[in-house]
Amino acid sequence: MLNVQIIDTGKSRSFPNLAEFNLSSDAKADILLIIGQEVHQAFKAVSNQNAYQLILLELGEECLGIHTGESLGNEGSHVLGFARYKMGDDPATKLIELVKQPKSKDQSLETAKSFFESLELVVAVCADTPGRIVDRLIRPYLNSVLRRLDDGLATAEDMDKTLKLGLGYPEGPLAMLQRSGLEHHAQVTESLYQALGNPGFFPARRALVAKKMKSN
Amino acid sequence: MSLIKKVGVVGSGTMGSGIAIVAARAGFETCVYDTNSKNLENLSKQSKDFFEKSVARGKMKQEDLEASLNRLSTSSSMADLADCDIVIEAIFEDLQVKHDLFSKLNAICKPQTLFASNTSTISITEIAGGSGRDDRFVGMHFCLPAQLMKLVEMSPGLNTSAESFSTAWQFCIDLGQSPVKTQDTPGFILNYFLIPFNNNAIRMVESGIAAPEDIDKAIKTALGYAMGPMQLLDLVGMDTQRLLCNAMQNLTNEPDAACPPLVRRMISAGHLGKKAGRGFFTYKDSKMFGA
Repeated sequence: MLNVQIIDTGKSRSFPNLAEFNLSSDAKADILLIIGQEVHQAFKAVSNQNAYQLILLELGEECLGIHTGESLGNEGSHVLGFARYKMGDDPATKLIELVKQPKSKDQSLETAKSFFESLELVVAVCADTPGRIVDRLIRPYLNSVLRRLDDGLATAEDMDKTLKLGLGYPEGPLAMLQRSGLEHHAQVTESLYQALGNPGFFPARRALVAKKMKSN
Repeated sequence: MSLIKKVGVVGSGTMGSGIAIVAARAGFETCVYDTNSKNLENLSKQSKDFFEKSVARGKMKQEDLEASLNRLSTSSSMADLADCDIVIEAIFEDLQVKHDLFSKLNAICKPQTLFASNTSTISITEIAGGSGRDDRFVGMHFCLPAQLMKLVEMSPGLNTSAESFSTAWQFCIDLGQSPVKTQDTPGFILNYFLIPFNNNAIRMVESGIAAPEDIDKAIKTALGYAMGPMQLLDLVGMDTQRLLCNAMQNLTNEPDAACPPLVRRMISAGHLGKKAGRGFFTYKDSKMFGA
């Protein structure tokens, strides 16, 4: 069993309630876990980074490179990023997107996977890219659904019914957006649009309206 | 009560086989036509496997298995479809080939026979235009795997009569399926969203962002989907995905509908998907989904 030292800088999206995982912080640890909103400052303040077998940094929408620096594709070490997937107002899911860099150590990846899996979380490894796996895939799709709703392709109910029945989805995309907060989708996809420049990420009109309404 | 008694299915690929199972299982005399006799043999075997698995899982009675198999026939002669009340086309996505097929069917089928296309991207009005009976033509897009999925996207063409559409709609309900009426627009609802979504998943693999198993794991865990995009693509087949992309992009010019280069390379390498034993994943057998 690996020992973990935790630096909690507050308001973690991945671990809003550490107690649920029965994680206790150990000063003589193999893994350093830094979570919360102030990860960058906390990471920079760690003077003995090489004393750890693995350092895990909780990411928001940013890339891991923001914290570690980059070096023309040669970046990567025992420092990995991660984020537990959460859709808007929904509770965090069991998915951990584990972020590696080109030269990340295989041993670090294996250790990180074992650690998260010991917490009964599901790990998917991805490169250090905006949106990681899930947001990068679903945000253009959700924008497209919202745009086609405006175009009158079908009613919201029929679009959701078609995608649920046709693909075995547990919930239609429009119902999911409505429930989890359309304004959150606007914020995430706007950020991805800025990072990637792909028009598919440009927020759909209905998402922008929801965001504006929320801020009023 | 359905006006349809005998169903013809053209094409014994993944979709044609699934549709034939649905029709035979629902009590309709069903004849599958294909020029490839090996494919027809395969369909007969896979249908039997599927029904046997259904019995083993308690979803079908033994006597229903036998009755369903008795109702399902195959033929490499188009003339055997002449007395069908509806003929559902499930061949590859090529407008000219579909026109050729329907014009031949039009010459041999009785006047009241309804024609339906399982196309997922091509306009129903365009296909119907080359059928010789565009008033008796409907879009019936089943979903993969058809033998398990309930949804059918039903689209009238511009000249489809209300009576024909109503008959096809009732037939769909009698099949035990759930019809949704869609506009005759490229990709209808499902593929309009699914093709770009799947292409973007392929591009993630292509650019090394994530491995296929990680993409599927992420999507299934985060969103509760039963199947990840890579597994679904293996089921669809790379050759079919390329045809879908080409048809869709020609109609919409949307960049996300363009076929990713990796799909072309996989086709060249024979990594067609589950049916070839290898796609994004490897498979020990090419059994039909659910069999």
